[in-house]
Amino acid sequence: MAEITLKTLAHSYSKNPSGPEDYAIRKMEHVWAQGGAYALLGPSGCGKSTLLNIISGLVTPSEGDVLFDGKRMNELPPEKRNIAQVFQFPVIYDTMTVYDNLAFPLRNQGGFSEEQIRTKVHEVADVLELSGELSRKAKGLSADQKQKVSMGRGLVREDVTAILFDEPLTVIDPQLKWRLRRKLKQIHERFDITMVYVTHDQLEASTFADKIALMYEGQIVQFGTPQELFERPAHTFVGYFIGSPGMNFFEPRLTDEGLMFNGKVIPVSDQVLAKVRSSGSDNIKLGIRPEFVTLGAEATDQRYEVTVTGVEDLGTYRLVDVEFGAVTVKVRIPEDQPVPSDAASIGFPEPWLKVYVDERLVEADHE
Amino acid sequence: MNKIENNKAWFFVIPVFVVVAFSAVIPLMTVVNYSVQDIFGANSTFWTGTEWYRQMLRDPDLQAALLRQFAFSFAILAIEVPLGIGIALLMPKKGWAASAALVLVAMPLLIPLNVVGTIWQILARTDIGLLGWSLSSIGVDYNINANAADAWFTIILMDVWHWTPLIALLSYSGLRAIPDAYYQAARIDRASRWAVFRYIQLPKLSNVLVIGVLLRFMDSFMIYAEPFVLTGGGPGSSTTFLSQALTTMAVGQFDLGPAAAFSIIYFLIILAVSWVFYTAIMNAQKDKSAQQ
Repeated sequence: MAEITLKTLAHSYSKNPSGPEDYAIRKMEHVWAQGGAYALLGPSGCGKSTLLNIISGLVTPSEGDVLFDGKRMNELPPEKRNIAQVFQFPVIYDTMTVYDNLAFPLRNQGGFSEEQIRTKVHEVADVLELSGELSRKAKGLSADQKQKVSMGRGLVREDVTAILFDEPLTVIDPQLKWRLRRKLKQIHERFDITMVYVTHDQLEASTFADKIALMYEGQIVQFGTPQELFERPAHTFVGYFIGSPGMNFFEPRLTDEGLMFNGKVIPVSDQVLAKVRSSGSDNIKLGIRPEFVTLGAEATDQRYEVTVTGVEDLGTYRLVDVEFGAVTVKVRIPEDQPVPSDAASIGFPEPWLKVYVDERLVEADHE
Repeated sequence: MNKIENNKAWFFVIPVFVVVAFSAVIPLMTVVNYSVQDIFGANSTFWTGTEWYRQMLRDPDLQAALLRQFAFSFAILAIEVPLGIGIALLMPKKGWAASAALVLVAMPLLIPLNVVGTIWQILARTDIGLLGWSLSSIGVDYNINANAADAWFTIILMDVWHWTPLIALLSYSGLRAIPDAYYQAARIDRASRWAVFRYIQLPKLSNVLVIGVLLRFMDSFMIYAEPFVLTGGGPGSSTTFLSQALTTMAVGQFDLGPAAAFSIIYFLIILAVSWVFYTAIMNAQKDKSAQQ
């Protein structure tokens, strides 16, 4: 059992960090609950691998604490942390058979009879569908099987309470990726193990994880279900990074009448408007996902005049580029919906239009 | 399909052909030529067939030299390979210390062979040499010119000093090529230091070690300059290795026929041992991946 808590955690690879840009991990608080399936999603270089290595103990954080069930782990080496880690490239012991690979952690730990080891190895090999390969040399396995072996070495250990995955599917063929991902999911359901899965692929993250932590510039900018990340991005980066294509953003001007863009007031709730005014910031953005923008023919009160500049047919849906003032807004429409040839209008259904001040979401308080 | 017959292309191969002919084919054939004839002068040669070969294979001096040669090669391999790996494991991994260690370790490799012999000849002297003097002063009766065991000890020590760095450098580069994830995974699997060596480092080193062992075997099997300078093959013929026996015969006694036959035998032995060794290792590696 382990609940992993990161307390005022920060990490810098330089000895004397002078500013936030020197930090790979910026001050963060986070809790991974026992038994959850989590994804740590973010672009390359956002610090996600560093964070993973801090949890596993391969990197010692320069500030803050890592707690397992409330116990401070900072100084404990990986071998004493009851975690397993699966790396980007499969790590196997070439000269050993699959069986010996799986038995290796148990033998190192000591205190098990060969009989106990055999039972455990067979159990894990069964789950991983490696039973037929046990007597083979691990070197001859395919990449996905090797990756299963490296995962299996974590699963045989009864003391393992969390498995960390560092982009484990990078070297796996696309059609096998999907199968291995399902396998991971099954394993998670079968063993009561916390799993943290690092990836830069949003599809991988959302199929694997119950909750996704999205990292950007060394911070977790949002932690939520895939649906929450899609529907209520807490940060403009979440909007941009999640979804294909990402959220449309445009910068309105704050006037006495409200948020003005392209000569028209774009209505938002009074409460949000009040918050925007009180923030005093002039970094205001409106965001809406291409899926939620409505496309029609004529402009009315609530609709805005645009010019269609391009249509991309993506098979099951279409992506329409429209020019709205100085920005290009992308609209995603069903395959069968007609596209107005030139002049058209778009609408922003109220619940999906999000307001961001200083890149962070501003919302009306829920009752 | 039109096949273009462009015979002019063959002209471009000529330079290589000429170089190989002069550097390998012609000298080798000359040796073969000598080995099957008895030559007294430009126009008086006698066909001897395999006579020289039979004579050489039966020669007790050469048989002894061959045995000595194998003993020497296996002795230095048995010392240099483990020692080289050990040094590579101890060498610093980064920073200025890594560069310094590399230069220091590589130093003996840069010294010409006969200079190495001279250095050790002086070292072994009991009046002014560090090694000889130290051994004598602690009461060891050390004399490479009188005692065969002392001569062997010194020659092996010299070769270990000269060539272990090669194994060390090869192993070092092999070790550096192992991705960090292997060590990290091993830590998480709670592998002991020994297990890390046995199951990660050694398997990953196998390829460079094949090269290292082959190079060292061939080189040590042909060793000439260093023992020649150090002991002159003595005392008696206790440190006379194959190449020195050959040189004595060819240059000293000018027995070109027997010497040529012997050269061919010598060449075939090196070829055969290297081949056997190489195939054995390659097969061992193939077994591991054969089940794919």
